[in-house]
Amino acid sequence: MFRSIEVSVGIFVGIGLAALFFLAMQASNLSSMSSEGFYEITARFDNIGGLKVRSAVKVAGVKVGQVGKIDYDSNSFEALVTMQVDEKYNRFPRDTIASIFTSGLLGEQYVGLEPGGDEKLLEHQSEISHTQSAMVLEQVIGQFLFSKASDSGGSGNDAPF
Amino acid sequence: MLLNPIIRLGRGSIFLGKTLAGIPQLFVRFGLVIKQLYSVGVQTLLITLVAGLFVGMVLALQLHYTLSTFGAEDTLGLLVALSLVRELGPVVAALLFAGRAGSALTAEIGLMKATEQLSGLEMMAVDPIQRIIAPRFLAGFLSMPLLAAIFSAVGILGGYMVGVDLLGVDAGAFWSQIQAKVDFYEDVMNGIIKSFVFGFIVSWIAVFEGYDCIPTSEGVARATTRTVVHSSLAVLGMDFVLTAIMFN
Repeated sequence: MFRSIEVSVGIFVGIGLAALFFLAMQASNLSSMSSEGFYEITARFDNIGGLKVRSAVKVAGVKVGQVGKIDYDSNSFEALVTMQVDEKYNRFPRDTIASIFTSGLLGEQYVGLEPGGDEKLLEHQSEISHTQSAMVLEQVIGQFLFSKASDSGGSGNDAPF
Repeated sequence: MLLNPIIRLGRGSIFLGKTLAGIPQLFVRFGLVIKQLYSVGVQTLLITLVAGLFVGMVLALQLHYTLSTFGAEDTLGLLVALSLVRELGPVVAALLFAGRAGSALTAEIGLMKATEQLSGLEMMAVDPIQRIIAPRFLAGFLSMPLLAAIFSAVGILGGYMVGVDLLGVDAGAFWSQIQAKVDFYEDVMNGIIKSFVFGFIVSWIAVFEGYDCIPTSEGVARATTRTVVHSSLAVLGMDFVLTAIMFN
């Protein structure tokens, strides 16, 4: 009798721990947080839009790392983004371009890296000099309306289109 | 009239202190706790599994209905997982736990009191709080997080079954959305902390109501009802407080 109680309690605790393991590995981002080696690249942006810590860093659409830290540089009035790129992808040319993209129309923002043609490689904790800021939807719409208005000759009509 | 709840709260707190003081001795005789883990945890397992499965399935069905009007079916898995891990898992598992295990604990202890088994133990110089109450309390406290984790995991699988197999959401999108947005520390860990708190509250109320009941058959019946009502309300109220603290 007592033995069978022990067995069933063992099964219960086993299932409980398995459920916890499932929640940790399958149903959360714990497994994608690589604790192995990474190397850091920084980049300065005029505007990072909705980029957050742990946003993805992608090359050719493949996730190679994540954003580790976002700071504001009060001397140059720019955002300083530190990216943690997986150690095995550490071969980026010096003239790599970092841009902030949005996946889908309203999706998450991520940093896209476009490798250039330089022979020299980016080293650990070096800075990417070519960057392109996030597109802010309001600005894009504003520019669109502005260009429409100037296309129509600016004949004095106040209607933008 | 007004004094009565305050007196009970005071008695309950003193009782809790004595129970907690009795817990360290339990590690010498862990068999007592194992036995209670069986009647508190294992016997609540089946109802948790079934309820979790159906809650997950219903969530997927309802959310899919709304999400499909926006063409956002891909986020179905994320919504199901987040609502289960953060709220429904701990809360519904605690309510089931109060109904299934809490009421049984109260009735058992109350009946022990009514049949004077507790005073019998005292007569033999065995402290009933240490021997009877503490193992039950500890078993309830330990099983609750496990049950909540099982509830959430089974619920996500139920959501997967309905969402992917029945309604045709893409399986890859289902899991990748979950893995991208559910944070282990923010969401999963806070859910587990919640379930520890709920386990503590429900076990406390259950063993106290049993120990404090009027030792008649009517008194035991009343105490059992009070356990379910009070611990359900306490769980829901605490849930609001904890959510406000954790996810402000």
